[in-house]
Amino acid sequence: MRIACPFCGERELGEFTYLGDAAPKRPLAFAADGAEQPDAQDLFFDYVYLRDNIAGDMNERWYHGGGCRSWLTVTRNTTTHEIKAVRAAPGAGAQKPAKAGAIS
Amino acid sequence: MSGTRTGRISGDAAPLAFNENPAADSRQSRSVPAGTQSHRLSSGGQIDRKHPLGFTFDGKKMVGFAGDTLASALVANGVKLVGRSFKYHRPRGILTAGAEEPNALVELRGGARREPNTRATTAELYDGLAAQSQNRWPSLRHDVMAVNSLFSPIFVAGFYYKTFMWPAKLWEKLYEPAIRRAAGLGKASGEADPDHYEKAWAHCDVLVVGSGPAGLAAALAAGRAGARVILAEEDSRLGGRLLSETGEIDGKPVAEWLADAQREIAGLTNIRIMTRTAVFGVYDGGTYGALERVNDHVAVPPAHQPRQRLWRIVAKHAVVAAGAIERPLVFPGNDRPGVMMASAVRSYINRFAAMPGRQVALFTNNDDGWRTAEAVQRAGGAVAGVIDSRGVVPEGYRGLNLRLLSGVVSEVNGGVDGVRGIVVRDAGGRTQQIEADCLAMSGGWNPNVALSSFQRGRPAWRDDIAAFVPGQCPPGMVMVGAAGGDFSLAACLREGHAAGAVAAKDCGAKGMAGEVPRGDDEGFAIKPLWHVEGGKAFVDFQHDVTASDVKLAQREGFESVEHLKRYTTLGMATDQGKLSNVNGLALMAEATGRDIADTGTTIYRPPYAPVAIGALAGHHRDENFHAWRLTPSHHWAAARGAVFVDTGLWKRAQWYPVAGEKDWLESVTREVLAVRNGVGFCDVSTLGKVDVRGPDAGTFLDRLYINTFSSLAVGKARYGLMLREDGLVYDDGTTSRLAEDHYFLTTTTAKAGPAMQHLEFCRQVLWPELDVQLTSVTDQWAQFSIAGPNTRDLLKNLCDPSEDLSNEGFPFMGVREVALRGGMRARLYRISFSGEMAFEIGVPARYGEAMAENLMRAGAEFDVTPYGTEALGVMRIEKGHVAGPELSGTTTADDLGLGKMMSKKKDYIGRAMAGREALIAPDRQVVVGIKPVNKANRLRSGAHIIPKGAAPGPDTDQGYLTSVCYSPMLGHWIALALVERGRERHGEIVRAYDPLRGEDMEVEITSPVFYDPEGGRQRG
Ligand SMILES: [Zn+2]
Repeated sequence: MRIACPFCGERELGEFTYLGDAAPKRPLAFAADGAEQPDAQDLFFDYVYLRDNIAGDMNERWYHGGGCRSWLTVTRNTTTHEIKAVRAAPGAGAQKPAKAGAIS
Repeated sequence: MSGTRTGRISGDAAPLAFNENPAADSRQSRSVPAGTQSHRLSSGGQIDRKHPLGFTFDGKKMVGFAGDTLASALVANGVKLVGRSFKYHRPRGILTAGAEEPNALVELRGGARREPNTRATTAELYDGLAAQSQNRWPSLRHDVMAVNSLFSPIFVAGFYYKTFMWPAKLWEKLYEPAIRRAAGLGKASGEADPDHYEKAWAHCDVLVVGSGPAGLAAALAAGRAGARVILAEEDSRLGGRLLSETGEIDGKPVAEWLADAQREIAGLTNIRIMTRTAVFGVYDGGTYGALERVNDHVAVPPAHQPRQRLWRIVAKHAVVAAGAIERPLVFPGNDRPGVMMASAVRSYINRFAAMPGRQVALFTNNDDGWRTAEAVQRAGGAVAGVIDSRGVVPEGYRGLNLRLLSGVVSEVNGGVDGVRGIVVRDAGGRTQQIEADCLAMSGGWNPNVALSSFQRGRPAWRDDIAAFVPGQCPPGMVMVGAAGGDFSLAACLREGHAAGAVAAKDCGAKGMAGEVPRGDDEGFAIKPLWHVEGGKAFVDFQHDVTASDVKLAQREGFESVEHLKRYTTLGMATDQGKLSNVNGLALMAEATGRDIADTGTTIYRPPYAPVAIGALAGHHRDENFHAWRLTPSHHWAAARGAVFVDTGLWKRAQWYPVAGEKDWLESVTREVLAVRNGVGFCDVSTLGKVDVRGPDAGTFLDRLYINTFSSLAVGKARYGLMLREDGLVYDDGTTSRLAEDHYFLTTTTAKAGPAMQHLEFCRQVLWPELDVQLTSVTDQWAQFSIAGPNTRDLLKNLCDPSEDLSNEGFPFMGVREVALRGGMRARLYRISFSGEMAFEIGVPARYGEAMAENLMRAGAEFDVTPYGTEALGVMRIEKGHVAGPELSGTTTADDLGLGKMMSKKKDYIGRAMAGREALIAPDRQVVVGIKPVNKANRLRSGAHIIPKGAAPGPDTDQGYLTSVCYSPMLGHWIALALVERGRERHGEIVRAYDPLRGEDMEVEITSPVFYDPEGGRQRG
């Protein structure tokens, strides 16, 4: 498999590490007013353990450790391995700090 | 049709009639025994009669010519018997002339270079080649295991499963070794392979697989248009089937056209020709695996050259012109030596000028088989008759005066020396005997669909050619010519040309593809004949699977093709069923009353051709199995005789033995005592090091660690602990604040890589809003730990006198840059892993060796002692510091005694999940110290903690010893352990139970800090 890194171009699979589903978003342990989220443990349980296993297009996190060290969001068909899109994580590269809560 | 390659088989009286006598060739000083090539034609073929090559088969000396394969040389020498079959040890001869060969497998070469299961049909002959037949004892002609054949009624499908089921313990000891001896292939040398193997990448616009008419037309079209082309050919020369056929292209004899095409291709610099290169696999993203047999055609590769090279070829388009493989007919006696594929007979005659028999009979169910009768006749051989199950002479062969026998071959007579005659049975059941010493058979052609099917493409059945053709090809691939099911020369040329032109255009090539080469549009008609009833008729020659085995499998319920394959082992030999699969599933279809399309094929998987493990490994073997990382002081340590240990990729000094020491324990004990009583140093550069910079660096670290770093003063270091998001401990290390916006973070050696990935994830994905940047500087710094009561005195000799190293001027956990004597600057960190008064000093990595020497000089007056990782480990266990064995991925911060570090005021990775019920349960196993009750006893890591008087078992198991060492300070063995409710149980006597070593001893649970529990030494 080959992944077109937005920084490095098309590179082979061996340079990348797979993490998995890009959908889960890390919950906030504290509310805006500084109070602890009462259901934090449940929210984190879902975040840590619950993953969709999609037969088809899936957004996945990949790390270009053998290249630019960017985290990427790769849209990949899990049945054909076709890669439809590759986007860098919002904080990847030497970009200006992204806004909190930016879509990754 | 051209008549360029005619010849006359030499008669018995004059065994050889060379055009030129090789012995008289002035370039050959050797006298060549020329009397062996009894079946060599006197002219024709693409062999070089000026270059005779001596070789041996089972020790017998023979001669062939340059351009021969081992198989063609054996045919020329009249050798019929080349091997014994896998299960029944039946005598077998050469069946094919290509990569699909199931019978003629030999052990090539000798000694460490011995290569078992080599196909004689693809092994190029070289001078001095030595080949041995396989799977026979004591000799090929007299094989005692041939007795298996007498018991063949019991060696039916599923025999091993049925017979050797019980008792299971006999399997390993008795059955398997016996079966392996009896039913074996060649033997590996058992010695290290002395040759090199390489791996390489190649990129192109258009990969053309195969160089027959379709492949050549594709390469020419794409190459002329200007695309970057790789033309991969398994054979040693281009041409594919053209090398074995006669006919015309563009009005020229094929040989002439082929020579012109090769010249043109060689002149196109955008075409890379890769001969001896088999494309064996297709992978995602247009990546193809290929094996180049760089030096398999010589006895020993030239210096600095590999034997084989594994290629990964990345191609935007692939035009696969892999041709077709002729299918055997399944009839009684079809495995006798002398029964050969009809196309192979043509190859031996036309390409190699070797006549497989003096009286050749032909058995076919299709038009193409007749071409062989024509070739035999034209070469001056005798055609004993053509048995066509369809009962008609095809148009185009009617003027050739060939004897047609309508019917089937129902019996083949002969022995180890091959076919003597055949029995032909007509539709009415009447039989007649025909004398022949070679029977050519043609059951039709199977397009070579493998490369189209490796990504789950399912081949589709075509009734008109009675064969499977490619289904959905992987993206970017097309299959053309015979591989696509179009067998005529004209179709191959046309399709290849079109595919090459289209692929080149798609890649942006702007040039003209040129004219389509013109060839014959000969017809192909077939009427399937799947099985002739009678005796033992082989479907899979290599695994001895017969037609009746397939039917038995069906009767016993193994009807799906995948079950058929596994139950009978059909198609599971090294030839992967290239000849047998379609016949096998056609028989299954017949037995189940389904049609072949519904029966389907088994899943195709790479590799298409065998790939040696050595080629897959390339240079990654022995000491180069993986890359090494050497510490900055490695060569200095090596010169001192250090013993090294592999720590991940690192080689670290484990201890430094000195003369007279009898074992590692003595060396390590000396090193520990030297540190605790004087001063020593250790290279700790392998710890992961990360520069964390930016205005939000402190906030970032607060979210990463369970404790707080934003509050750390500039010039101070702090121990930090990271959790995983699931609440278990991830990694630990000290982090120093070098400036307001600059931290220097360290990880354990093992986690250096993964932690960097984790940090980047947090920065890029979780908190992109933080203004912070990370740089891995692990390789940039040489870092040494200097420890022991004399550390400060040593440093005074090392540092510029202006540096204040006193307790006030450089307090515990202080960090700052210092000037060394001579003006160089270094980072100094007052941190201690050993529990002694200690500093770590960091200098740019290139000064690592110089620093080690300077430390020796600066400490000479204190008898400074370099120490290794073993002494480092002993001292950390004495101090109760946790490390890898305790940070095992199953422990919480509190398990390690570090629960108080967990901040309640902030969020951090793992915070929420660390509070889960089971992770805060009071009966968790926590870190304690362990001492043997009998101080003479040695503790063993991994030993289980069991209460006194309890029977060992899962219910009574209360933990285990994680880290064990001999403590020079205490004078006995000590351990760290994870023990249930351990903190409440200091002083309790339990047992350390080690069933692996048969040990069971009483031990005392203690505090994990064995030495200097107040910590005064490191603060002094
Ligand atoms: Zn990249």
